[in-house]
Amino acid sequence: MSKGRFSSILKLSVLSAVLAFTSNVSADPVKAAFVYIGPTGDHGWTYAHDEGVKYAKEKLGDDVIVTTIENVAENSDSERVITSLARKNDIVFTTSFGYMNPTIKVAKRYPDVKFEHATGYMLEDNVSVYSARFYEGRHVIGKIAGRMTESNVIGYIASFPIPEVIRGINSAFLAAKSVNPDVQIKVVWVYSWYDPGKEADAANALIAQGADVLMQHTDSTAAMTVAEEKGVHAFGQASNMREWGPNAQLTGIINDWGPYYADRIAAVRDGTWTSSDTFAGVQQGMVKFAPMNNNMPTEVKNEAMQAIIDLSMGAIHPFTGPINKQDGSPWLAEGETPPNFPDLLTMDFYVEGIDSQYPN
Amino acid sequence: MMIVGALLGFIVQFHTGNPFLAVFAALLGGMAISSIFAFLTQFLLTNQVATGLALTLFGLGFSAFAGRGYTEETIVLIKAIHIPVLSDIPFIGPLVFSMNPLVYLAFLMVYLVWWFLFKTKQGLILRSIGDNHDAAHAIGHNVVRYRFMAILFGGAMAGVGGAFLSLVQVPIWGEDMTAGRGWIALGLVVFASWQPFRIILGAILFGGITVLQLHAQGFDIRISAQYLSMLPYLATIIILVSLRIRLKNKTNRTVPNCLGRIFHSTS
Repeated sequence: MSKGRFSSILKLSVLSAVLAFTSNVSADPVKAAFVYIGPTGDHGWTYAHDEGVKYAKEKLGDDVIVTTIENVAENSDSERVITSLARKNDIVFTTSFGYMNPTIKVAKRYPDVKFEHATGYMLEDNVSVYSARFYEGRHVIGKIAGRMTESNVIGYIASFPIPEVIRGINSAFLAAKSVNPDVQIKVVWVYSWYDPGKEADAANALIAQGADVLMQHTDSTAAMTVAEEKGVHAFGQASNMREWGPNAQLTGIINDWGPYYADRIAAVRDGTWTSSDTFAGVQQGMVKFAPMNNNMPTEVKNEAMQAIIDLSMGAIHPFTGPINKQDGSPWLAEGETPPNFPDLLTMDFYVEGIDSQYPN
Repeated sequence: MMIVGALLGFIVQFHTGNPFLAVFAALLGGMAISSIFAFLTQFLLTNQVATGLALTLFGLGFSAFAGRGYTEETIVLIKAIHIPVLSDIPFIGPLVFSMNPLVYLAFLMVYLVWWFLFKTKQGLILRSIGDNHDAAHAIGHNVVRYRFMAILFGGAMAGVGGAFLSLVQVPIWGEDMTAGRGWIALGLVVFASWQPFRIILGAILFGGITVLQLHAQGFDIRISAQYLSMLPYLATIIILVSLRIRLKNKTNRTVPNCLGRIFHSTS
């Protein structure tokens, strides 16, 4: 009798396993959730993620159900939001650096849910990290800025002093310096990812102090509109901002998350998802560029195109030694390139030649 | 109220290109939101602080929803006026005589508010209602009507303030683009200890420091941005403390006695 019962339990469990398997493949769509730092209408960072989500939805069709939550502050709110999403989803994407600790915390409590944290560096069995090598994009616009500036001052509107932002400043400066030894970079920190008024004030302050090419690592189109009005140049950030600066925008760095999102959600569907560390750039198509503005001299355009080609073939690295740190101590030896971890992913210093003081 | 003003100003400017209509729309928008506040607090006697908070959240959500179609658009900004001859005076010219019309409007409004509050009969009544609504009611003034109008006026001004962001500072509309600036208005009123002209001083100080710290960074002056942004609030606290001390010594009518209190005529 006990044998009979055992076999029936066995049969049942096999049946349920088969059921679970088939439902996994065909019936049950993957539930994916995305946490955004800003509004999708910022036409910058969050907009780019949302475009990626749209792409994934289109590609996967009925296989995925997506939930997105906008404007989630990087404080205790985010942990609450991530927790509530973890309860109802198979995979949760947290798309800002500041979500790192909450993501890890929640991931430990929900070991069966997959997490994907953007731009961070902490991995778990159920937490992947992914980031784009934006600094490769900064390399290209740095070269253009170095050529285009007449005042030799590049203005940089920065958000928070985190590794990703620091990498961008260093990369842009090194590239600009390589084509224009006299170039300087002025950095203004606005301590916000999204505050159009303040971003515009920062742009005005930089222009008043002589900057004639602006770069930004904030999410709105405000600085681009100021650049257009004041007749200086700027670069689109995270998406094509041509519409806000038809004359001002020389090109723009575009973040293309779509294929990555589609792949990762498909991996959950197929049961092949494993924790991974993705750091993709121009080569993998995660970093793209807006069309070059025709108001640039052909040589400058060609040089930028060449840099993009070199990056896409992996022929150059924006951080190639010799490079010293700002205090003069050596960082990379002749011909050396930095490893992803810790050098790139935890970067917390300016390179030699930047005048601005490193924020504390 | 500010964010709704910013949105409505933007929408009207986008469709009509007429800055007067745009500012007027922002004014009406701020008024509309404040009329909800006025109705709730004056007729339904709800708690003013809680109602204010709820309306702020409502305004942010509503404007984000209503403005969804406009995040892709851009408009023509309201340009600064360069007063001929005067604006050519070195230093003072660009500083005083070539500002944005909305800035001049702000100065004018401060004067008008002062004139209304301290030089007209209605202003006197409004102030007396603020100090003792029961007494004002007892001598026959319509407390609720005065307060309703005052709230509408405040809403209108907040709406125009919001329009400054989307019509003067940046030609874009973005959800939550006020980024909490409206709260500074509360700090300003305390800072100015309810005196209209001190508002100008406070506003210049608050705004000036915000911009100054960005410039200071560009010049690489070694003051942490966070310390500088703290300064206006620190000043407000100091002023509050000194007000208290002065109040102890003599009767000083700086803070309206009925601030935040609910008026109910039968009580």
